[in-house]
Amino acid sequence: MGKKKKEVDDRFKKFGTVSFTSITKINDFIDYLEQGKLMGTRCKGCGILFFPPRADCYKCLSSDMEWVEVSGTGKLATYSKLEYAPIGFGDDLPYAIAVLDYGDYKVFGRIAGDVPQDEIKVGMQMKAVVNTLPNGQLNYVFEKA
Amino acid sequence: MGKVGIIGVGQSAFVRGYPGSIRELAFEGFKEAIADAQIETKDIDASIICSAPEYDKQRSPAGVFAEYLGLIPQPTCYLESLCSSSSMGLRMAYSLVKSGLHDVVAIIGFQKMSEISSAESQERMGRGADIQWESPFGTMMPAYYAMFARGHMETYGTSPDDLALIRVKAATYGQINEKAVYRKPVTFEMFSDPESPMSGPVASPLRVGDCCANADGSSCVIVANEEKTKALSKKPVWILGLGAASASVNMAGRDAFSRLEVARLAGEQAYGMAGVTPKDIDVAEVHDCFTIAELMAYENLGFAEPGGGKELIKSKETYKEGCIPVNVDGGLLSKGHPIGATGGAQIRTIVLQLRGEAGEMQVKEPGVGLVHNIGGVGLYGNVSILGR
Ligand SMILES: [Zn+2]
Repeated sequence: MGKKKKEVDDRFKKFGTVSFTSITKINDFIDYLEQGKLMGTRCKGCGILFFPPRADCYKCLSSDMEWVEVSGTGKLATYSKLEYAPIGFGDDLPYAIAVLDYGDYKVFGRIAGDVPQDEIKVGMQMKAVVNTLPNGQLNYVFEKA
Repeated sequence: MGKVGIIGVGQSAFVRGYPGSIRELAFEGFKEAIADAQIETKDIDASIICSAPEYDKQRSPAGVFAEYLGLIPQPTCYLESLCSSSSMGLRMAYSLVKSGLHDVVAIIGFQKMSEISSAESQERMGRGADIQWESPFGTMMPAYYAMFARGHMETYGTSPDDLALIRVKAATYGQINEKAVYRKPVTFEMFSDPESPMSGPVASPLRVGDCCANADGSSCVIVANEEKTKALSKKPVWILGLGAASASVNMAGRDAFSRLEVARLAGEQAYGMAGVTPKDIDVAEVHDCFTIAELMAYENLGFAEPGGGKELIKSKETYKEGCIPVNVDGGLLSKGHPIGATGGAQIRTIVLQLRGEAGEMQVKEPGVGLVHNIGGVGLYGNVSILGR
Protein backbone atom coordinates (compact mmCIF):
# COMPACT_ATOMS: atom_id res chain seq x y z
CA MET A 1 0.00 0.00 0.00
CA GLY A 2 0.99 3.57 -0.50
CA LYS A 3 2.89 2.59 -3.59
CA LYS A 4 1.86 4.80 -6.49
CA LYS A 5 1.21 3.10 -9.81
CA LYS A 6 4.04 4.03 -12.14
CA GLU A 7 2.79 6.29 -14.91
CA VAL A 8 4.08 6.01 -18.45
CA ASP A 9 6.21 9.01 -19.34
CA ASP A 10 5.07 9.63 -22.90
CA ARG A 11 5.69 13.37 -23.05
CA PHE A 12 7.44 13.17 -26.41
CA LYS A 13 4.13 12.52 -28.19
CA LYS A 14 3.61 16.29 -27.91
CA PHE A 15 6.47 17.05 -30.34
CA GLY A 16 5.64 18.41 -33.81
CA THR A 17 2.47 18.29 -35.89
CA VAL A 18 2.39 14.50 -35.61
CA SER A 19 4.85 12.69 -33.34
CA PHE A 20 5.91 9.16 -34.18
CA THR A 21 7.65 8.65 -30.84
CA SER A 22 6.26 8.91 -27.31
CA ILE A 23 8.71 7.30 -24.93
CA THR A 24 12.34 8.42 -24.91
CA LYS A 25 14.97 9.12 -22.27
CA ILE A 26 15.21 12.77 -23.32
CA ASN A 27 11.56 13.58 -22.55
CA ASP A 28 12.65 16.69 -20.59
CA PHE A 29 13.14 18.22 -24.07
CA ILE A 30 9.34 18.68 -24.07
CA ASP A 31 9.32 20.46 -20.67
CA TYR A 32 11.93 22.89 -21.98
CA LEU A 33 9.82 23.52 -25.10
CA GLU A 34 6.92 24.34 -22.75
CA GLN A 35 9.20 26.95 -21.16
CA GLY A 36 9.99 28.32 -24.63
CA LYS A 37 13.47 26.83 -24.71
CA LEU A 38 15.01 24.68 -27.46
CA MET A 39 17.63 22.43 -25.90
CA GLY A 40 20.37 20.08 -26.95
CA THR A 41 22.59 17.94 -24.73
CA ARG A 42 26.28 18.05 -23.88
CA CYS A 43 28.21 14.94 -22.84
CA LYS A 44 29.77 15.47 -19.42
CA GLY A 45 32.28 12.75 -20.22
CA CYS A 46 33.90 14.25 -23.30
CA GLY A 47 32.21 17.60 -23.82
CA ILE A 48 30.68 16.87 -27.24
CA LEU A 49 27.52 18.88 -27.98
CA PHE A 50 24.48 17.18 -29.52
CA PHE A 51 21.50 18.47 -31.42
CA PRO A 52 19.11 16.78 -31.61
CA PRO A 53 19.66 15.91 -27.93
CA ARG A 54 20.80 12.40 -27.07
CA ALA A 55 20.74 10.35 -23.89
CA ASP A 56 23.96 8.55 -24.79
CA CYS A 57 27.32 9.61 -26.20
CA TYR A 58 28.62 7.54 -29.14
CA LYS A 59 32.11 8.91 -28.64
CA CYS A 60 32.94 8.07 -25.00
CA LEU A 61 29.84 5.88 -24.33
CA SER A 62 28.86 8.00 -21.31
CA SER A 63 25.18 8.52 -20.51
CA ASP A 64 25.88 11.50 -18.26
CA MET A 65 24.40 14.44 -20.13
CA GLU A 66 23.54 18.05 -19.35
CA TRP A 67 21.00 20.22 -21.15
CA VAL A 68 22.29 23.17 -23.21
CA GLU A 69 20.09 25.80 -24.83
CA VAL A 70 20.22 26.35 -28.59
CA SER A 71 20.85 30.09 -28.58
CA GLY A 72 22.03 32.80 -30.94
CA THR A 73 21.60 32.54 -34.68
CA GLY A 74 22.41 29.98 -37.32
CA LYS A 75 23.03 30.21 -41.03
CA LEU A 76 20.37 28.80 -43.35
CA ALA A 77 22.18 25.84 -44.95
CA THR A 78 19.34 24.68 -47.23
CA TYR A 79 15.54 24.46 -47.43
CA SER A 80 12.63 23.22 -49.52
CA LYS A 81 9.05 24.42 -49.74
CA LEU A 82 6.57 21.54 -49.92
CA GLU A 83 3.48 21.63 -52.15
CA TYR A 84 2.38 18.15 -51.08
CA ALA A 85 2.44 16.73 -47.59
CA PRO A 86 2.42 13.31 -46.05
CA ILE A 87 -0.78 12.08 -44.39
CA GLY A 88 -1.57 14.14 -41.30
CA PHE A 89 0.26 17.29 -42.43
CA GLY A 90 -2.03 18.52 -45.25
CA ASP A 91 -3.50 21.38 -43.16
CA ASP A 92 -0.01 22.85 -42.69
CA LEU A 93 0.63 23.36 -46.44
CA PRO A 94 2.51 25.10 -47.86
CA TYR A 95 5.47 24.92 -45.50
CA ALA A 96 9.26 24.80 -45.81
CA ILE A 97 11.64 22.41 -44.09
CA ALA A 98 15.18 23.63 -43.52
CA VAL A 99 18.55 23.13 -41.82
CA LEU A 100 20.22 25.86 -39.75
CA ASP A 101 23.97 25.68 -39.23
CA TYR A 102 25.07 26.91 -35.80
CA GLY A 103 28.72 26.06 -36.37
CA ASP A 104 29.16 23.41 -33.68
CA TYR A 105 25.93 21.69 -34.63
CA LYS A 106 23.02 21.91 -37.07
CA VAL A 107 19.27 22.03 -36.41
CA PHE A 108 16.61 20.53 -38.69
CA GLY A 109 13.16 22.14 -38.59
CA ARG A 110 10.62 24.32 -40.37
CA ILE A 111 10.83 27.93 -41.50
CA ALA A 112 8.14 30.10 -39.82
CA GLY A 113 5.08 30.44 -42.07
CA ASP A 114 5.16 34.24 -41.98
CA VAL A 115 8.64 34.60 -43.48
CA PRO A 116 7.92 35.79 -47.07
CA GLN A 117 9.10 33.31 -49.71
CA ASP A 118 11.17 35.93 -51.58
CA GLU A 119 13.08 36.81 -48.42
CA ILE A 120 14.34 33.26 -47.83
CA LYS A 121 17.96 33.01 -48.94
CA VAL A 122 20.52 30.29 -48.26
CA GLY A 123 23.20 31.81 -46.03
CA MET A 124 20.85 34.19 -44.19
CA GLN A 125 20.96 34.35 -40.39
CA MET A 126 17.94 32.84 -38.65
CA LYS A 127 17.00 31.84 -35.14
CA ALA A 128 15.02 28.91 -33.79
CA VAL A 129 11.87 29.95 -31.90
CA VAL A 130 9.61 27.64 -29.93
CA ASN A 131 5.90 27.76 -30.80
CA THR A 132 2.65 25.99 -30.02
CA LEU A 133 0.70 24.61 -32.96
CA PRO A 134 -3.09 25.06 -33.42
CA ASN A 135 -3.60 21.44 -32.33
CA GLY A 136 -1.74 22.13 -29.07
CA GLN A 137 1.42 20.30 -30.09
CA LEU A 138 4.81 21.83 -29.29
CA ASN A 139 7.18 22.77 -32.08
CA TYR A 140 9.96 25.12 -33.12
CA VAL A 141 10.40 27.21 -36.26
CA PHE A 142 13.12 29.34 -37.84
CA GLU A 143 12.57 33.11 -37.96
CA LYS A 144 14.66 35.87 -39.52
CA ALA A 145 17.33 36.91 -37.02
CA MET B 1 39.79 -17.75 -53.28
CA GLY B 2 38.78 -17.15 -56.87
CA LYS B 3 36.64 -14.55 -58.55
CA VAL B 4 32.87 -14.19 -58.19
CA GLY B 5 30.78 -13.98 -61.35
CA ILE B 6 27.22 -13.11 -62.28
CA ILE B 7 25.68 -16.01 -64.21
CA GLY B 8 22.07 -14.92 -64.48
CA VAL B 9 19.96 -11.76 -64.40
CA GLY B 10 16.22 -11.21 -64.59
CA GLN B 11 13.66 -8.44 -64.19
CA SER B 12 9.88 -8.32 -64.33
CA ALA B 13 8.30 -5.52 -66.33
CA PHE B 14 8.06 -2.48 -64.02
CA VAL B 15 4.38 -1.56 -63.92
CA ARG B 16 1.73 0.36 -62.05
CA GLY B 17 -0.71 -1.92 -60.25
CA TYR B 18 0.82 -5.37 -60.74
CA PRO B 19 -2.12 -7.81 -61.02
CA GLY B 20 -0.78 -10.40 -58.61
CA SER B 21 0.70 -11.00 -55.17
CA ILE B 22 4.30 -10.32 -54.15
CA ARG B 23 5.33 -13.99 -54.48
CA GLU B 24 3.94 -14.03 -58.03
CA LEU B 25 5.76 -10.79 -58.78
CA ALA B 26 9.05 -12.24 -57.49
CA PHE B 27 8.52 -15.33 -59.70
CA GLU B 28 8.75 -13.19 -62.86
CA GLY B 29 12.25 -11.84 -62.23
CA PHE B 30 13.41 -15.20 -60.86
CA LYS B 31 12.19 -17.21 -63.86
CA GLU B 32 14.02 -14.92 -66.26
CA ALA B 33 17.27 -15.17 -64.27
CA ILE B 34 17.09 -18.98 -64.14
CA ALA B 35 16.53 -19.11 -67.92
CA ASP B 36 19.35 -16.62 -68.43
CA ALA B 37 21.76 -18.66 -66.31
CA GLN B 38 20.58 -21.92 -67.92
CA ILE B 39 20.56 -23.65 -64.55
CA GLU B 40 17.91 -25.38 -62.48
CA THR B 41 16.46 -24.05 -59.26
CA LYS B 42 18.13 -26.86 -57.30
CA ASP B 43 21.54 -25.49 -58.36
CA ILE B 44 20.98 -22.45 -56.11
CA ASP B 45 22.54 -22.97 -52.68
CA ALA B 46 21.03 -19.99 -50.86
CA SER B 47 18.78 -16.98 -51.47
CA ILE B 48 18.73 -13.40 -50.20
CA ILE B 49 15.36 -11.62 -50.41
CA CYS B 50 15.48 -7.80 -50.59
CA SER B 51 12.86 -5.06 -50.24
CA ALA B 52 11.97 -2.04 -48.14
CA PRO B 53 9.75 -3.50 -45.43
CA GLU B 54 7.41 -0.53 -44.96
CA TYR B 55 5.45 -1.48 -48.10
CA ASP B 56 5.00 -5.14 -47.31
CA LYS B 57 1.97 -6.55 -45.58
CA GLN B 58 3.82 -9.89 -45.44
CA ARG B 59 6.22 -10.12 -42.50
CA SER B 60 9.43 -12.02 -43.23
CA PRO B 61 8.85 -12.54 -46.98
CA ALA B 62 12.03 -14.64 -47.37
CA GLY B 63 10.39 -17.90 -46.28
CA VAL B 64 7.31 -17.28 -48.39
CA PHE B 65 9.37 -16.62 -51.52
CA ALA B 66 11.75 -19.52 -50.93
CA GLU B 67 8.79 -21.89 -50.77
CA TYR B 68 7.03 -20.39 -53.80
CA LEU B 69 10.19 -20.37 -55.94
CA GLY B 70 11.25 -23.88 -54.93
CA LEU B 71 14.28 -22.69 -52.98
CA ILE B 72 13.59 -24.72 -49.84
CA PRO B 73 15.19 -26.32 -47.87
CA GLN B 74 18.22 -24.13 -48.75
CA PRO B 75 18.95 -21.23 -46.40
CA THR B 76 17.23 -17.91 -47.10
CA CYS B 77 17.03 -14.57 -45.34
CA TYR B 78 15.66 -11.08 -45.75
CA LEU B 79 17.89 -8.04 -46.16
CA GLU B 80 17.09 -4.34 -46.40
CA SER B 81 18.86 -1.05 -46.80
CA LEU B 82 15.88 0.88 -48.24
CA CYS B 83 16.31 1.63 -51.96
CA SER B 84 19.76 0.00 -52.14
CA SER B 85 18.59 -3.32 -50.66
CA SER B 86 19.42 -5.53 -53.64
CA SER B 87 22.88 -3.96 -54.16
CA MET B 88 23.54 -4.70 -50.50
CA GLY B 89 22.23 -8.18 -51.35
CA LEU B 90 24.91 -8.48 -54.05
CA ARG B 91 27.54 -7.51 -51.48
CA MET B 92 26.31 -10.19 -49.06
CA ALA B 93 26.04 -12.83 -51.82
CA TYR B 94 29.59 -11.99 -52.91
CA SER B 95 30.91 -12.67 -49.42
CA LEU B 96 28.93 -15.93 -49.10
CA VAL B 97 30.45 -17.19 -52.36
CA LYS B 98 33.92 -15.73 -51.85
CA SER B 99 34.15 -17.39 -48.43
CA GLY B 100 33.39 -20.75 -49.99
CA LEU B 101 30.28 -21.21 -47.86
CA HIS B 102 28.08 -21.43 -50.97
CA ASP B 103 28.74 -21.91 -54.70
CA VAL B 104 25.65 -20.24 -56.15
CA VAL B 105 23.47 -17.56 -54.49
CA ALA B 106 20.36 -15.77 -55.80
CA ILE B 107 19.51 -12.18 -54.85
CA ILE B 108 15.80 -11.53 -55.31
CA GLY B 109 14.59 -7.93 -55.01
CA PHE B 110 10.97 -6.85 -55.16
CA GLN B 111 8.49 -4.14 -54.24
CA LYS B 112 4.77 -3.82 -54.69
CA MET B 113 4.12 -0.16 -54.05
CA SER B 114 0.66 0.05 -55.59
CA GLU B 115 -1.22 -1.42 -52.65
CA ILE B 116 -1.10 1.91 -50.85
CA SER B 117 -1.88 5.50 -51.97
CA SER B 118 0.81 7.88 -53.16
CA ALA B 119 0.49 10.09 -50.05
CA GLU B 120 0.65 7.04 -47.80
CA SER B 121 3.61 5.77 -49.76
CA GLN B 122 5.40 9.10 -49.29
CA GLU B 123 4.66 9.03 -45.59
CA ARG B 124 6.01 5.48 -45.29
CA MET B 125 9.13 6.29 -47.28
CA GLY B 126 9.51 9.34 -45.05
CA ARG B 127 9.72 6.96 -42.13
CA GLY B 128 13.02 5.75 -43.60
CA ALA B 129 14.22 9.15 -42.35
CA ASP B 130 14.54 10.16 -38.66
CA ILE B 131 11.07 9.54 -37.25
CA GLN B 132 11.88 11.04 -33.86
CA TRP B 133 13.37 14.36 -34.96
CA GLU B 134 12.39 14.97 -38.60
CA SER B 135 9.11 13.25 -39.45
CA PRO B 136 7.13 15.41 -36.93
CA PHE B 137 7.84 18.38 -39.27
CA GLY B 138 6.09 16.65 -42.20
CA THR B 139 8.96 15.42 -44.34
CA MET B 140 8.87 13.56 -47.67
CA MET B 141 11.55 12.03 -49.88
CA PRO B 142 11.18 14.70 -52.64
CA ALA B 143 11.66 17.48 -50.06
CA TYR B 144 14.84 15.89 -48.71
CA TYR B 145 16.36 15.56 -52.17
CA ALA B 146 15.08 19.07 -52.92
CA MET B 147 17.25 20.33 -50.05
CA PHE B 148 20.24 18.81 -51.85
CA ALA B 149 19.10 20.36 -55.14
CA ARG B 150 18.94 23.73 -53.38
CA GLY B 151 22.37 23.17 -51.84
CA HIS B 152 23.86 22.18 -55.20
CA MET B 153 22.34 25.19 -56.93
CA GLU B 154 23.67 27.57 -54.27
CA THR B 155 27.15 26.02 -54.28
CA TYR B 156 27.67 25.48 -58.01
CA GLY B 157 25.10 27.57 -59.86
CA THR B 158 23.21 24.54 -61.14
CA SER B 159 19.74 25.43 -62.46
CA PRO B 160 16.35 23.70 -62.63
CA ASP B 161 16.87 23.65 -66.43
CA ASP B 162 20.02 21.53 -65.99
CA LEU B 163 17.98 19.06 -63.96
CA ALA B 164 15.23 18.98 -66.62
CA LEU B 165 17.83 17.81 -69.16
CA ILE B 166 18.44 14.70 -67.06
CA ARG B 167 14.75 13.81 -67.19
CA VAL B 168 14.68 14.35 -70.95
CA LYS B 169 17.58 11.88 -71.29
CA ALA B 170 15.88 9.32 -69.04
CA ALA B 171 12.69 9.50 -71.11
CA THR B 172 14.69 9.07 -74.33
CA TYR B 173 15.67 5.59 -73.16
CA GLY B 174 12.50 4.80 -71.21
CA GLN B 175 10.73 4.87 -74.58
CA ILE B 176 12.90 2.06 -75.96
CA ASN B 177 12.96 -0.07 -72.79
CA GLU B 178 9.99 -2.41 -72.98
CA LYS B 179 10.26 -3.12 -69.25
CA ALA B 180 10.01 0.56 -68.25
CA VAL B 181 6.91 1.86 -66.47
CA TYR B 182 7.09 5.30 -68.14
CA ARG B 183 7.35 4.90 -71.93
CA LYS B 184 6.38 8.41 -72.98
CA PRO B 185 8.72 11.14 -74.24
CA VAL B 186 9.52 14.14 -72.05
CA THR B 187 10.65 17.38 -73.67
CA PHE B 188 12.59 20.24 -72.16
CA GLU B 189 9.70 22.58 -73.04
CA MET B 190 7.27 20.62 -70.83
CA PHE B 191 9.09 21.91 -67.74
CA SER B 192 8.09 25.52 -68.57
CA ASP B 193 4.61 24.65 -69.85
CA PRO B 194 2.06 25.22 -67.06
CA GLU B 195 -0.30 22.83 -68.88
CA SER B 196 2.20 19.97 -68.62
CA PRO B 197 2.16 17.86 -65.46
CA MET B 198 6.00 17.83 -65.63
CA SER B 199 6.12 21.52 -64.60
CA GLY B 200 4.02 21.12 -61.46
CA PRO B 201 5.77 22.02 -58.20
CA VAL B 202 6.39 19.20 -55.70
CA ALA B 203 9.01 20.48 -53.25
CA SER B 204 10.99 23.50 -54.41
CA PRO B 205 13.15 23.52 -56.48
CA LEU B 206 12.02 20.05 -57.67
CA ARG B 207 9.08 19.62 -60.02
CA VAL B 208 6.98 16.60 -60.96
CA GLY B 209 9.33 15.88 -63.87
CA ASP B 210 12.29 15.68 -61.49
CA CYS B 211 10.79 12.75 -59.59
CA CYS B 212 11.00 9.05 -60.43
CA ALA B 213 8.01 6.86 -61.17
CA ASN B 214 6.74 4.55 -58.43
CA ALA B 215 6.30 1.05 -59.75
CA ASP B 216 5.77 -2.58 -58.87
CA GLY B 217 8.54 -4.88 -59.93
CA SER B 218 11.01 -7.62 -59.17
CA SER B 219 14.58 -8.45 -60.10
CA CYS B 220 16.92 -11.39 -59.67
CA VAL B 221 20.70 -11.69 -59.86
CA ILE B 222 22.43 -15.07 -59.59
CA VAL B 223 26.10 -15.11 -58.57
CA ALA B 224 28.51 -18.04 -58.59
CA ASN B 225 32.10 -18.91 -57.77
CA GLU B 226 34.79 -18.80 -60.48
CA GLU B 227 34.62 -22.47 -61.37
CA LYS B 228 30.84 -22.53 -61.82
CA THR B 229 30.82 -19.20 -63.62
CA LYS B 230 33.36 -20.47 -66.15
CA ALA B 231 31.48 -23.74 -66.59
CA LEU B 232 28.02 -22.17 -66.93
CA SER B 233 28.49 -18.78 -68.53
CA LYS B 234 29.33 -18.27 -72.20
CA LYS B 235 29.97 -14.57 -71.59
CA PRO B 236 31.08 -14.34 -67.94
CA VAL B 237 30.65 -11.05 -66.11
CA TRP B 238 32.78 -10.66 -62.98
CA ILE B 239 32.31 -8.61 -59.83
CA LEU B 240 35.48 -6.51 -59.85
CA GLY B 241 34.85 -4.04 -57.05
CA LEU B 242 32.33 -3.40 -54.28
CA GLY B 243 31.98 -0.34 -52.06
CA ALA B 244 29.46 0.52 -49.36
CA ALA B 245 29.01 3.31 -46.80
CA SER B 246 26.49 4.87 -44.41
CA ALA B 247 25.77 8.39 -43.10
CA SER B 248 23.79 10.26 -40.45
CA VAL B 249 20.06 9.67 -40.90
CA ASN B 250 19.26 13.17 -39.60
CA MET B 251 20.07 15.99 -42.02
CA ALA B 252 21.50 17.89 -39.05
CA GLY B 253 24.36 15.38 -39.10
CA ARG B 254 25.39 16.05 -42.71
CA ASP B 255 28.42 18.13 -43.66
CA ALA B 256 27.22 19.25 -47.09
CA PHE B 257 24.03 19.54 -49.11
CA SER B 258 25.75 19.53 -52.49
CA ARG B 259 26.92 15.91 -52.53
CA LEU B 260 26.18 12.46 -51.11
CA GLU B 261 29.21 11.45 -49.09
CA VAL B 262 28.17 7.77 -49.07
CA ALA B 263 28.41 7.67 -52.87
CA ARG B 264 31.85 9.24 -52.87
CA LEU B 265 33.11 6.81 -50.22
CA ALA B 266 31.54 3.72 -51.78
CA GLY B 267 32.89 4.75 -55.19
CA GLU B 268 36.39 5.22 -53.83
CA GLN B 269 36.29 1.73 -52.26
CA ALA B 270 34.92 0.08 -55.40
CA TYR B 271 37.46 1.77 -57.71
CA GLY B 272 40.26 0.76 -55.36
CA MET B 273 39.16 -2.87 -55.14
CA ALA B 274 38.67 -3.13 -58.91
CA GLY B 275 41.90 -1.30 -59.64
CA VAL B 276 40.20 1.09 -62.06
CA THR B 277 39.51 4.83 -62.22
CA PRO B 278 36.36 6.73 -63.24
CA LYS B 279 37.85 7.09 -66.75
CA ASP B 280 37.80 3.31 -67.15
CA ILE B 281 34.02 3.08 -66.75
CA ASP B 282 32.33 2.49 -70.11
CA VAL B 283 28.70 2.43 -68.96
CA ALA B 284 26.99 3.27 -65.67
CA GLU B 285 23.69 2.89 -63.88
CA VAL B 286 23.21 5.56 -61.22
CA HIS B 287 20.46 6.02 -58.65
CA ASP B 288 18.33 8.76 -60.24
CA CYS B 289 15.38 8.66 -57.85
CA PHE B 290 15.36 12.42 -58.54
CA THR B 291 17.17 14.31 -61.31
CA ILE B 292 19.45 15.99 -58.75
CA ALA B 293 20.53 12.54 -57.54
CA GLU B 294 21.91 11.68 -60.99
CA LEU B 295 23.67 15.04 -61.26
CA MET B 296 25.34 14.54 -57.87
CA ALA B 297 26.28 10.97 -58.86
CA TYR B 298 28.27 12.27 -61.86
CA GLU B 299 30.37 14.29 -59.44
CA ASN B 300 30.49 11.91 -56.47
CA LEU B 301 31.66 9.07 -58.75
CA GLY B 302 34.31 11.20 -60.43
CA PHE B 303 32.74 11.33 -63.92
CA ALA B 304 32.88 15.13 -63.45
CA GLU B 305 34.56 17.52 -61.02
CA PRO B 306 32.38 18.85 -58.17
CA GLY B 307 30.07 21.36 -59.87
CA GLY B 308 30.86 19.98 -63.33
CA GLY B 309 27.87 17.64 -63.52
CA LYS B 310 25.71 20.14 -65.38
CA GLU B 311 28.26 20.40 -68.22
CA LEU B 312 28.20 16.61 -68.63
CA ILE B 313 24.46 16.55 -69.26
CA LYS B 314 24.43 19.77 -71.32
CA SER B 315 27.05 18.29 -73.68
CA LYS B 316 25.10 15.00 -73.78
CA GLU B 317 28.20 13.07 -72.69
CA THR B 318 25.97 10.80 -70.56
CA TYR B 319 23.87 9.79 -73.57
CA LYS B 320 24.49 6.41 -75.25
CA GLU B 321 27.01 7.88 -77.71
CA GLY B 322 28.79 10.04 -75.08
CA CYS B 323 32.02 9.44 -73.18
CA ILE B 324 30.23 8.01 -70.13
CA PRO B 325 26.73 6.68 -70.93
CA VAL B 326 24.53 6.79 -67.79
CA ASN B 327 21.11 5.19 -67.30
CA VAL B 328 20.57 4.31 -70.94
CA ASP B 329 17.74 2.02 -69.82
CA GLY B 330 15.59 4.97 -68.65
CA GLY B 331 16.90 4.99 -65.09
CA LEU B 332 14.65 5.14 -62.05
CA LEU B 333 13.05 8.25 -63.56
CA SER B 334 11.46 6.41 -66.51
CA LYS B 335 12.17 2.69 -66.02
CA GLY B 336 10.64 3.06 -62.56
CA HIS B 337 11.73 2.57 -58.96
CA PRO B 338 10.27 -0.46 -57.18
CA ILE B 339 12.52 0.09 -54.17
CA GLY B 340 13.81 -3.40 -53.35
CA ALA B 341 14.01 -4.46 -57.02
CA THR B 342 15.93 -1.40 -58.21
CA GLY B 343 19.53 -2.43 -57.48
CA GLY B 344 19.05 -5.83 -59.10
CA ALA B 345 17.52 -4.21 -62.19
CA GLN B 346 20.48 -1.82 -62.41
CA ILE B 347 22.90 -4.76 -62.15
CA ARG B 348 20.91 -6.58 -64.86
CA THR B 349 21.25 -3.62 -67.21
CA ILE B 350 25.03 -3.48 -66.76
CA VAL B 351 25.40 -7.27 -67.17
CA LEU B 352 23.42 -7.16 -70.43
CA GLN B 353 25.51 -4.19 -71.60
CA LEU B 354 28.79 -6.00 -70.86
CA ARG B 355 27.58 -9.09 -72.72
CA GLY B 356 26.45 -6.99 -75.69
CA GLU B 357 22.84 -8.07 -75.19
CA ALA B 358 21.20 -4.70 -74.45
CA GLY B 359 19.49 -4.44 -77.84
CA GLU B 360 18.50 -0.93 -78.89
CA MET B 361 20.04 0.44 -75.67
CA GLN B 362 23.45 -1.16 -76.33
CA VAL B 363 26.53 0.99 -75.74
CA LYS B 364 29.50 0.28 -78.03
CA GLU B 365 31.56 -2.63 -76.63
CA PRO B 366 31.78 -1.74 -72.95
CA GLY B 367 34.40 -3.61 -70.91
CA VAL B 368 33.76 -2.18 -67.44
CA GLY B 369 30.42 -1.04 -65.98
CA LEU B 370 29.37 0.59 -62.70
CA VAL B 371 26.22 0.46 -60.56
CA HIS B 372 25.53 3.27 -58.04
CA ASN B 373 22.60 2.50 -55.75
CA ILE B 374 21.56 4.75 -52.85
CA GLY B 375 19.30 3.94 -49.89
CA GLY B 376 17.29 6.74 -48.30
CA VAL B 377 18.59 10.28 -48.75
CA GLY B 378 22.23 9.26 -48.97
CA LEU B 379 21.79 7.18 -45.83
CA TYR B 380 23.22 4.06 -47.47
CA GLY B 381 25.40 3.96 -50.57
CA ASN B 382 26.52 0.98 -52.65
CA VAL B 383 28.79 1.08 -55.70
CA SER B 384 29.49 -2.11 -57.65
CA ILE B 385 31.93 -2.40 -60.55
CA LEU B 386 31.47 -5.25 -63.03
CA GLY B 387 33.66 -6.34 -65.92
CA ARG B 388 34.02 -8.93 -68.65
ZN1 LIG C 1 31.08 11.66 -24.56
